[in-house]
Amino acid sequence: MAPTPAETPHPLDEAAIEQAVAAALSAFDAAADLEQLKEARLAHTGDKAPIVLANRQIKDLEKDQKKQAGSLLGAARGRVQKALAARTEVLEAEHAARVLVEEAVDVTAAPRRRTLGARHPLNLLQERVADVFTAMGWEIAEGPELESEWFNFDALNFDPDHPAREMQDTFYVEPRDSHLVLRTHTSPVQVRSLLERELPVYVLCPGKTFRTDELDATHTPVFHQFEGLAVDKGLTMADLKGTLEHFARAMFGPEAAIRLRPSYFPFTEPSAEMDVWDPQAKGGARWVEWGGCGMVHPNVLAAAGIEDPEYTGFAFGMGVERTLMFRNGVPDMRDMIEGDIRFSHRFGQEV
Amino acid sequence: MRIPLSWIREYTQFPATGTAEDLMADLVKVGLEEEGVHAAELSGPIVVGEVLEKTPEPQSNGKTINWCQVRVVPQGQQQSLTGDGIDPEGVQGIVCGAHNFEVGDKVVVTLPGAVLPGDFRISARKTYGHLSAGMIASVKELGIGEDHDGILVLSTLGLDPEPGTDAMELLGLYDTAAEINVTPDRGYAFSIRGVAREYSHATGTEFTDPASLVTLPESTEPGYPVEIDDAAPIYSVPGCSSFVARTVTGVNAAAPTPAWMASRLRLAGMRPISLAVDISNYVMLELGQPLHFYDADKLTGPIRVRRAAAGEKLTTLDDKERQLHPEDLLITDDSGPIGIAGVMGGASTEVSDSTTSIVIEAAHFDPITVARSKRRHKLPSEASKRFERGVDTQLQAVAAQRAADLLVELAGGTDTGAATQVGEPALPEPIVLDPQLPERITGVPYGLQQITQTLTDIGAEVREQDGALLVTPPSWRPDITIPEALVEEIARLVGYDQIPSRLPVAPAGRGLTAQQRRRRTVSAGLAGAGFTEVLNYPFYSVEANELFGRADVEQPLPLVTLANPIAAQYPTLRTTLLPGLLDALRRNTSRGFKDLALFETGAVFLPGDRQGSAELPGLGAHPGEAVIQSLKSGIPEQPLHIAVALTGSEPAAELGAAGRPRDWADALEAAHQVAQVLNVELEVAQGAHQAFHPGRTAELKLNGSSVGYAGELHPKVIEAEDLPERTSVMELNLQELLSAAADQVTAEPISTFPLTTQDVALVVDQRVTAGELEVTLAEGAGELLEGIELFDVYAGEGIGEGKKSLAFALRFRAADRTLTAEEASEARAAAVALAAERHGAVQRG
Repeated sequence: MAPTPAETPHPLDEAAIEQAVAAALSAFDAAADLEQLKEARLAHTGDKAPIVLANRQIKDLEKDQKKQAGSLLGAARGRVQKALAARTEVLEAEHAARVLVEEAVDVTAAPRRRTLGARHPLNLLQERVADVFTAMGWEIAEGPELESEWFNFDALNFDPDHPAREMQDTFYVEPRDSHLVLRTHTSPVQVRSLLERELPVYVLCPGKTFRTDELDATHTPVFHQFEGLAVDKGLTMADLKGTLEHFARAMFGPEAAIRLRPSYFPFTEPSAEMDVWDPQAKGGARWVEWGGCGMVHPNVLAAAGIEDPEYTGFAFGMGVERTLMFRNGVPDMRDMIEGDIRFSHRFGQEV
Repeated sequence: MRIPLSWIREYTQFPATGTAEDLMADLVKVGLEEEGVHAAELSGPIVVGEVLEKTPEPQSNGKTINWCQVRVVPQGQQQSLTGDGIDPEGVQGIVCGAHNFEVGDKVVVTLPGAVLPGDFRISARKTYGHLSAGMIASVKELGIGEDHDGILVLSTLGLDPEPGTDAMELLGLYDTAAEINVTPDRGYAFSIRGVAREYSHATGTEFTDPASLVTLPESTEPGYPVEIDDAAPIYSVPGCSSFVARTVTGVNAAAPTPAWMASRLRLAGMRPISLAVDISNYVMLELGQPLHFYDADKLTGPIRVRRAAAGEKLTTLDDKERQLHPEDLLITDDSGPIGIAGVMGGASTEVSDSTTSIVIEAAHFDPITVARSKRRHKLPSEASKRFERGVDTQLQAVAAQRAADLLVELAGGTDTGAATQVGEPALPEPIVLDPQLPERITGVPYGLQQITQTLTDIGAEVREQDGALLVTPPSWRPDITIPEALVEEIARLVGYDQIPSRLPVAPAGRGLTAQQRRRRTVSAGLAGAGFTEVLNYPFYSVEANELFGRADVEQPLPLVTLANPIAAQYPTLRTTLLPGLLDALRRNTSRGFKDLALFETGAVFLPGDRQGSAELPGLGAHPGEAVIQSLKSGIPEQPLHIAVALTGSEPAAELGAAGRPRDWADALEAAHQVAQVLNVELEVAQGAHQAFHPGRTAELKLNGSSVGYAGELHPKVIEAEDLPERTSVMELNLQELLSAAADQVTAEPISTFPLTTQDVALVVDQRVTAGELEVTLAEGAGELLEGIELFDVYAGEGIGEGKKSLAFALRFRAADRTLTAEEASEARAAAVALAAERHGAVQRG
């Protein structure tokens, strides 16, 4: 609704000018949005606005009247402009606020545009273990998955005719007299490390290992181990136990503990099975079989050319799958094998 | 090894109230790990009954049942048991379908309330017009045999008990067995004797050696003639170091095996077969010495122990004809081979029900000889299991005597006392033990007294000599050959829980290697870019390797083949990661996931000319640097690869917007992401690979050599492999990229002078790729060029047949000044000139 401009007031007609100003102010006030304000502005400050027309007539007045009319209209126009500016500010603020309201969205309906991927928890766990040991000054050693039988067995004091060798359920390569096997444990990396590194040696060897087990809820023909080896002057089983305890606490919390039980491995003497006290275990804290360990057998040191009797060493090894299963409550080995994306995504990038 | 509790109690202080779990809890302390509990699955009341009446009653269905009255209390006594269906007078009326018993026979009656194996609950029930209150049981129903013939008549077991006697007690059915895992070094623990000794170590209680209870008579005359003639010992160790033969005559081989013996054998995991076989098994389980019994009347001439001759054959006890190998050690007589030593006997001299005279063999065979024969003939047996771990070298005469005693006692035989002993059983070598060594290895300060006592406890002889200990291990511990083995004995008997804890300080380390760090970064980078890591098996079919593992069918592709694959259809090791990755993709697709981006890093196996090494060095010595290098060079290359597989859309479809379908470019992008993480540059060229779409394949190169492919799979492959349409993949030799990455990156100054952009549109032949044109333009534009981007490709009207127009935006910036328009134009002109020269490019008008 555009206000109808009154007739042009005389530039000296104070009352008429006052009326025009009042009409302008009232029109501005009445403007509900910037659009209406624009109409009011054109009507009251545009070319045909009463005050503007009156102002234009000043030039026709007598000289002595010009000054009076100028001051009269100048004040009037000032008031109109000021009112206009004030109203503009108000309406612009209202407009800006309204736009923000109109632009509101349902944030719970947001699309997922960049789906992050995920690492495999078995690899994350190996990396985490590696970090525990590198923090102690150990280094990470690696070796081939397809390995010479000598590194996998003979150098580790597995006699070719001893039942312990058969119990490894080995994948052999054709032809058999190539003496190549898929490594049955990460222990050949022990021998390689001793052959390739300067003493003392403190290494952790994570990696893939292979045995001819059918896949089921608790077995898989391809699995992972981490193996630790330390050879230094004066190392004892106490150092082995201390290392395992530190490792256990890093993985299972400050309440974790280690228990050793006598056992047998061809490459250690004495040998032990290790149990870990898992305070977080599903169904209550308990001892869990975790792996094997022992003092490096003199024949292994000899195979690596270490003859100085002052050097002793310890070694230990655990299954990564098994650790993940009881530490993180994985119910079925197959979940780790099948590559179902839900399995890895459950973990994010940490394990 | 399964240990019947009644048996171990005979030789130890294991309490009468102790359970299998108690036993295992003690044994685990000395290293015999618990495996499980075995027990008869039944509960009473199960008692002896005497059949008073047996009335056959023919039925309309043609069957005849017997209506029986069975007295289940001693004559003249009242029933002390109470319960539903139990007759207070002690005489049960029972309907029985079997007929193999007579009035007056003693039988086993399962009274109402009893539970038989398979949760079979006995109660009084109406049947065939009678109230049948219980059951007359067969061995099968009692779970102690397979015999279907009918019910168990106790006289056939040589038993005549009072009615009402607890039949479970009588038959040894209350006994349970603890199963323990015996590590392969401790063969002696495959016997009650060995486990009993370990129990005494674990608990510090008394132990009676069962061998000490056997009395060896002075041998009066020689027994069955035996000769040992080993012409080809393995590793110079005689195949048979000791052979004892005893003869027992007048044996009733058809006599029943006593219930107590059958019960123990069953609990130990062995099926009772016949008295003679059961006795030989019983002695083996008790003492750890495997025995073999020959029917003396079937032997011809002396027993000779020798290696097999080429072409010899033997039919073993399992009725299979075996082709013998010259390494096989044989037991022979004048008829030829009658057994493979320590593995399995022959059928021709087997003991049968009609045997009256038995020759007992108790021998010590070389572990390696037995192990090889067992493997060669795939004949794992209880005997070979013990021999290949090493049996007591001094026990042969004792075990043979124990068997003879049992044959006399249970089979009515006569021990003539005649004994043959051939060979000199080897005695263990003494070991020099430094008394400081146990502490040096375990960290426990054992005293000299403690060391000596512990070693004496395990049966060793200990002497002090020049400040050291001279320790002779017991004859049943062939595993103890070095001082460290003695240390283990001391440590485990004193207890591993005595070992203190100390964290050793390693020398300052270097952290992860550059390659290890880069591998993590690459994987984290791809995971951050939306890829999910999977781990697949490396076992492939030959076809999968040959399709994905090489660009074209002419390329040779040597494969590693497994001798014993997990599945016959996957005999080879992977040369590429793609088939495994595609399996994982398909598995996810079938589980309802459409938008998938998977990756894997892993080794592939690329055999060279030489596979492996025919000769292996031995144990316990450094074989020399040359031999080690030779072993290593025979191992196939196993470079690390990285691969991705993609399908679906990214971003996925969302409210009001379709997703952008992933295609070849996403696969290529993944390759660039890997390279970018490592800060190396991949060159992209139009590629060709038989598994890929012929027009949508990029070959990826690093410093000019091929390191992989990226693109869309060939539609035929997609169809054959049942993959989602347009599945795209990438595979790179990650090893090459990791090695190419710089150890240290050098920064470049950042110019803050303004950017000048110039566009250029060039018309070239269709065959010219955008990639090569871009490389030329960049080279021609020179060092002022900061970047170049393709922004338009056009072919069609106004361009000319076989031509296309490619438009690039060139971005120029100088490091030290604001470029003038002329400078930029000059650089642009130089770029165009080079493109004209190299590719015949013409500026589009």
